[in-house]
Amino acid sequence: MTNPSGRRSRRAATSRLLAVSGVVAVLLAAGCTTDDGTEPGGAETDGGATTDGETIGVSLIVKTTTNPFFVAMQEGAEAAAEAEGVELTFAAGTEDGDEATQIEAIENAISQGQAGILITPNGPGVVDAIEAARDAGLFVIALDTPPDPADAVDITFATDNFDAGLRIGEWTAAQLDGEDAVIALLDLFDDQVVTVDYNRDQGFLTGMGIDVADPKVNGDEAESGEYSGGSYTIVCNEATNGAEDGGATAMETCLSKNPDINVVYTINEPAAYGAFQALQAAGKTPEDVLLVSVDGGCAGVGYVEEGIIDATSQQYPVRMAEEGVRAIAELVRTGEAPETTEGLDFFDTGVALVTDTPADGVESIDHAEATEICWG
Amino acid sequence: MTTTKASTAASVPANGEHVADEFLRRETFAGRIQSTLHRYPALSPALVLLLSVIVFGFLNERFLRPENLSLVTQQVAVVGALAVGQTLIILTAGIDLSVGSAMVLATMVMAQTAASSGLPGLPSLALGMAVGLAAGVINGFLVTRVKLPPFIVTLGTYNVFLALTLLYSHGATVRGGEMPGLLTWTGTAFSVGGVRVTVGVFLMLAMYAVTAYALRSTAWGRHVYAVGDDKEAAALAGISVSRVLMSVYVTAGATFGLAGWILVGRINAASPNAGADAHLDSITAVVIGGTSLFGGRGLVWGSLLGALIVGVFRNGLSLAGVDQLYQTLTVGILVIVAVSIDQWIRKGRA
Repeated sequence: MTNPSGRRSRRAATSRLLAVSGVVAVLLAAGCTTDDGTEPGGAETDGGATTDGETIGVSLIVKTTTNPFFVAMQEGAEAAAEAEGVELTFAAGTEDGDEATQIEAIENAISQGQAGILITPNGPGVVDAIEAARDAGLFVIALDTPPDPADAVDITFATDNFDAGLRIGEWTAAQLDGEDAVIALLDLFDDQVVTVDYNRDQGFLTGMGIDVADPKVNGDEAESGEYSGGSYTIVCNEATNGAEDGGATAMETCLSKNPDINVVYTINEPAAYGAFQALQAAGKTPEDVLLVSVDGGCAGVGYVEEGIIDATSQQYPVRMAEEGVRAIAELVRTGEAPETTEGLDFFDTGVALVTDTPADGVESIDHAEATEICWG
Repeated sequence: MTTTKASTAASVPANGEHVADEFLRRETFAGRIQSTLHRYPALSPALVLLLSVIVFGFLNERFLRPENLSLVTQQVAVVGALAVGQTLIILTAGIDLSVGSAMVLATMVMAQTAASSGLPGLPSLALGMAVGLAAGVINGFLVTRVKLPPFIVTLGTYNVFLALTLLYSHGATVRGGEMPGLLTWTGTAFSVGGVRVTVGVFLMLAMYAVTAYALRSTAWGRHVYAVGDDKEAAALAGISVSRVLMSVYVTAGATFGLAGWILVGRINAASPNAGADAHLDSITAVVIGGTSLFGGRGLVWGSLLGALIVGVFRNGLSLAGVDQLYQTLTVGILVIVAVSIDQWIRKGRA
């Protein structure tokens, strides 16, 4: 009879040996090869021409590549890097909220001795890594989303998300013209607190003239009361994860709670698109509901043209990335650091309200104008 | 030990066992529940679903409205469809983490080929299905031929499909208007007794009916259970384990394409952002539905009940005005309770 335990123990020994050699090989490889800046989320390194013999290395770390917003940022940064002779390393989290990949990318930037980092933080977990980068002499610029606390980075180049929300809020209040507002708030996350989420939501409510209690917290407002034009009811705060399917589900749930919703705030345009599908399925016509959003991507501007979204605040991610790359190049060459916009604690890259139905007293541009400067 | 002719004359068992043994083997109320659940694994999720519908209906009468209940079924249709494939895989004591990303890859392929290459509806749909099947084949190959554990395989393919989706789509969403009507057909609804029901929900139910029939009344179904219950015994009984496993993964691949079709119809778009947590949601549905993670026991209808329970809880808690974080907390607790009950049932006898 064969000796099964003997065979098995020999096989076990062989697999142990293989496992150990595997681990040793990986460690040797990691130690011997120089870090070439590749990230799990997908990375390219742009070889840049140098002006004075010294390569300026910059890492662009975005939230995720599933959102065309960040794809636009990448393209803007690459163009600016070419022009400025900067070597750009690109990295992204695997999904919105993925802090771990971003932390790795920051650490890689430090070990490569780069000049600066441009980052859209995925959450407060990256703050420690950013601090370490600054201690190591890298200049860190936050793009689009300031971290919490905002002084965790050297400077933020961002859209004023509160302002973005404010504009759509003011527009909505003007459009309602005294009618009662039955409001659905479709936010970003229900398991994380990020600045873009509460700034846009609270900005919108403030623009409507509603008391927001704590401006850093969504959902703590009084369920009903007065807005600038009349009385309001807030039906729900639902999370969408910033995607179409989340938007649809959130809108359906809100409609179940109160079918008379006539104002829908959405965190971004994909969520708005999903919400629109749900509204249509429930038999609501675009005239019944004011659907507003933020982002102003070319797709979103298209939605405004088609009447899916009534008004959206347009932001300029390409500009953020371009200015960011330029700022770091300037800093290395002349020692001059970028400065914040007056009155704000960040560098405002601007926001414009896009709508084909302008409201009195609220500045806006129409979809044609917006299409010329849209991103994505 | 046989102290048979003891003083307890009338209660002496015929086979001559000790009275203590008889006491230990007595049928208790808990024991009866245990054996009933062992025989009908879908019973506990069915009871939980019934109870939760009653409770949530009580908390907010809007919950019980037919439109709302119909909405819940639409909301769970995609995860429900994925759960069919996931059930088959979990029945064989495997697990599939790539279900969500494979589904999204399939949707992007079917949408992009129609929108940019101008292919008509049927070929693009077929292409999307083929992508889903291919994903299943890849998983099955790695599990059966390369003999890697399913968890590891699908963890890897989850990332591979995710990356492929992004590379292929460049992060862009394809809108319903840009696609042929066939691709969004699953979103069309018709009235059933005054309530709006979508084609997607029917498709999901059809998937369940077919799979339930296959599992119960075909030899293949028996083999799936056998392989999940005890691989070695199945092999000794003459079942080709690797062929059964491969067929399970390929069938799951078919469900990815169908679930993707339902998703496109539901949101009227093909989005690379969709289905972010679909893999975890499908596992949750299967586990709550009473299918054992250790394989060999469970009904596919249980997964439908599991998906509905999650949908009902989310919707019900929202309507009851409960903070959203409690929804996440509740689902987590449900999973733990479901697995604990499963463990307890395993100790029972049919």
